[in-house]
Amino acid sequence: MFFAAQTVETVLKSGWFLEHAWLIPLMPVIAFVLIIAYGKKMPMKGSEFGIASLLASLAVSVGAAYQWIQRVDGAAPEAFVAPVIKTWTWWESAGFSFGIGQHIDGLSLTLLVVVTLISTLVEIYSVEYLRGDIRYTHFFGALTLFSAGMLNMVLAENMIQLILGWEIMGMCSFLLIGHWWEDGANSRAALKAFFTTRTGDIGLLVGTSVLFFASNAWTQKTLGISGFTVRGLSAWALSGDPGHAAITVGAVALFIACIGKSGQFPLHTWLPDAMAGPTPVSSLLHSSTMVVAGVYLVARLYPVFFTGMNILGTNLNLIVLIGGITIVIAAALAFVQADIKKVLAYSTVSQLGYMMMGLGAGAWMPAVFHIFTHAFFKACLFLCAGSVSHSASHHSFDMKKDMGGLRKFMPITFATWIISTLALCGVFPFSGFFSKDEIIDNVGHNGYTMFMVLGLTGAFLTAAYMTRATYLTFNGKPRGAAAGAHDAHDAHDAHDTHDAHASRGPHESGLLITVPLMILAALALGAGFLNPAPLGEKWERMTHWVEPRPEVISPTGISVMASGPGEARVLTSPRAEEAEHESPCGTTTPTGGICVAPQIHHAPFKWSKALMSMLIVFLGGFLSWVLCVQLYGKKNPKLVGLTQRNKALGAGYLFLQNKYYLDSLYEKVIVHGIAHPVARAVYWFNQNVIDGVVNGFGTVVRKVSGWVYRNVDQRVVDGAVNGSAAVAQNAGSAIRPIQSGKVNQYGALLFGAAAIGALILVIINT
Amino acid sequence: MFASELLIAQNIGFFIIAALMVVGALRVVTTSNVVHAALWLVVVLAGAAAQYVLLAAEFVAVTQVLVYIGAVMVLFLFGTMLTRARIGAESDLNNKNWFVGIPVALTLLAAMLIALRDGFGNEKLPADAPLVSTQVLSDQIFGPYLLPFWALSFVLLAAVIGAIVLARRD
Amino acid sequence: MLLNEFLFLGAILFCIGVYGVIVRKNAVLVLMSIELILNSVNINLLAFSLRNGSADGQTFALYVIAVAAAEVGVGLALVLLMYRNSRSISLDELSEMKG
Repeated sequence: MFFAAQTVETVLKSGWFLEHAWLIPLMPVIAFVLIIAYGKKMPMKGSEFGIASLLASLAVSVGAAYQWIQRVDGAAPEAFVAPVIKTWTWWESAGFSFGIGQHIDGLSLTLLVVVTLISTLVEIYSVEYLRGDIRYTHFFGALTLFSAGMLNMVLAENMIQLILGWEIMGMCSFLLIGHWWEDGANSRAALKAFFTTRTGDIGLLVGTSVLFFASNAWTQKTLGISGFTVRGLSAWALSGDPGHAAITVGAVALFIACIGKSGQFPLHTWLPDAMAGPTPVSSLLHSSTMVVAGVYLVARLYPVFFTGMNILGTNLNLIVLIGGITIVIAAALAFVQADIKKVLAYSTVSQLGYMMMGLGAGAWMPAVFHIFTHAFFKACLFLCAGSVSHSASHHSFDMKKDMGGLRKFMPITFATWIISTLALCGVFPFSGFFSKDEIIDNVGHNGYTMFMVLGLTGAFLTAAYMTRATYLTFNGKPRGAAAGAHDAHDAHDAHDTHDAHASRGPHESGLLITVPLMILAALALGAGFLNPAPLGEKWERMTHWVEPRPEVISPTGISVMASGPGEARVLTSPRAEEAEHESPCGTTTPTGGICVAPQIHHAPFKWSKALMSMLIVFLGGFLSWVLCVQLYGKKNPKLVGLTQRNKALGAGYLFLQNKYYLDSLYEKVIVHGIAHPVARAVYWFNQNVIDGVVNGFGTVVRKVSGWVYRNVDQRVVDGAVNGSAAVAQNAGSAIRPIQSGKVNQYGALLFGAAAIGALILVIINT
Repeated sequence: MFASELLIAQNIGFFIIAALMVVGALRVVTTSNVVHAALWLVVVLAGAAAQYVLLAAEFVAVTQVLVYIGAVMVLFLFGTMLTRARIGAESDLNNKNWFVGIPVALTLLAAMLIALRDGFGNEKLPADAPLVSTQVLSDQIFGPYLLPFWALSFVLLAAVIGAIVLARRD
Repeated sequence: MLLNEFLFLGAILFCIGVYGVIVRKNAVLVLMSIELILNSVNINLLAFSLRNGSADGQTFALYVIAVAAAEVGVGLALVLLMYRNSRSISLDELSEMKG
């Protein structure tokens, strides 16, 4: 089909917040420096800086989001809305130029708002939760730095900046997991987290390099920017220029990094262990923000993955496979946990699997929306767990031993927990319904039917294990510490000085804890209505604002400054004749222009599908409830000890308890098998070769110097000195007899000399 | 002629006196009697005076006799007496240096004789040299060589005073 | 008369005097040997004075005699002192200036 060959010019609105969005990560960085420098002297030990900076960043993010909404609303419905991009070059050499800057579009702003909001709430929560902790100030420093790193990564304009943010997050995760490093298990968990994500980061570096070298020529020629930039990579991926091998290798490598960071199978083992850190850390990093960094990377560079993994062209690809597997195995593991935080950790892994599966199947917007909603209800769940441990179970997280029946004592915590659980399970009208169900729906719609089944299975299991956790924590009779017993092992007793509530029994937590809980619960309830698919496309505002438009635009026409500050002028190029594909941006080459987002289909909402998934959820919850009541409540003799009596069930239970023996595989087989021989070999090399060379050299020098001393110094030099003295002495002794004191002899000498002289003269002269 | 006879007589006289002098000198350095050595020295000195006459230096010859034999030798004998020299032969008047002395003396002699023979050969003394009379001599002394004369007087004065100082008993 | 006759005589006396200085132990005898040397010098001087026909040689010879006299005086005074100190005028025993 031919379209009219005319360029359309759109003027996009901008604003101060959008232009200065780079302040968002900058302010927490400054706060971090201030905390480290002055934190200990401040009245609130540095937390003031952190909270203030994050509130400021939140304000700028919200302002920028508002201005972005206006920008989108001011453009035509299907027109491309140019992101607000600013770059500063910080190093240029040999044809490479490295920049740092911001790339603000709907996706960035979604994450910016989420991260700043949850960071602020978690920091406020931590003021109460960690009161009296021995490393209070450094905790806030690391937490603020983490926020700065994540915010930097989210608005990164190019891959180098993204990697910077990525690594800062990794480092802060390590610092925060190992916050109570006096306990060896905590530092081991921190190291495990760091090493596992680091293993994945190899993929990040390899992928960035491969994509750079493959794309740089094209991006420089067409757009005048380097192959590191997000915009350049997105445009390149959809231009038809990339060779199949290069982009697939790049996409797979980058995805490996996402596997590590987002806790996908097989690198998910670090996430449950990361629960050794304080609960605010688990709530911020390991549920809502850091672990979604991998998902964010896929969403950010979606054209690369879209082309590299051929997402809409097949019905099986790496991303969706990994995501799908992760959903189920994590959900299964959540059943056998006694630690409430571990249940939530596996739940997080499972939900991340949903997001990955969604992205892998082409359901971009549902996955991003799930990031949005999941952040709120998962953070809330973790903070509830923290509230329970702080005020009821003496810092213990063991559901079976120290919790139970807390519904009566902690009403606010219970209510927010229930709201967040329902959101997690995807019950209408909570937010999880609008995001998770959309993922499952779109996955099926795009042809990945098997994975849709996996998604539904996951939903069933999610409902089941969350019911179990709820029952064990809040129902039944209080056990252990919840019942007031003081001998419960207090994991953090040694670390803080405040135990004033020990004698009060379980009670509701203070305002600094419950207010964040309530805010998050409210968001868990209401955030779904930002993108409610059932209500029709007009109500799906998030999609309208966030989803990138697959319009072909002129390469030079982006972000030309118009008359007003920050206004951008977008020139769309005439639609070229399409070849095989209907949509303008997909895997074909749009001639005459560039495209930075692929065309994605949306599944139409059907109430029948929604009702079916809700039925599955209720079924899961109900069955679980019944089982829990029977097993834990009434202690039905047929059920109690079943896994010990029944061999098959017992074996399955053991398999789950040992986390599919993956940890054993990694640690004992792979790490031990490689590291120990390597370490031994290196040690041998060091002791024998390097030290041998050094010692040998020392011995040689010693021997040589000894020889020099004995022979040269003692014999030659001293010999010469002594010898000359001896010569002088001997000469003197030899000559001394001449002066004998005898006159006759003097006369003899005199005349003798004269005689000789005369003789010589005579001889000479004759 | 008397001139040639005079010459022959001078030559004979020279050789006799020279032989006497040499014998005397040898006896001075070899005798084991100090007084005898002094007396032999007198012989040598007298022979020297005679040679001076042959050399037409009468004043010097007379001065030689007066000063040398008359004063110096008396001094020698005084010195010998005052230092309790043994009268008669003494056993050891020579030290062990004769193996140095003889070669040195002979070497000197050889050197000088060769040099003299080489230098002057058979040169004759002039027979008609202008006579150096006492008047000429005194003109020389109190004329061009006055300064050495005065210096010499000081030397003599110093010697006298020195000798007195050295030898006085106090 | 040949000039060389006198000069040879002088040389012989000189060498005999040298021998005496070297060989004689008695201080007085050494002084005597020195007199021999001085006299040989005088013969030389006078021989040349006659050869050259000038009075310089004779003048010088007179001065030599005067100096010799002075020297003998002082020398013998020294010998007396020597005898007074050590009751001996053997030059072999006088070696306190030994190096």
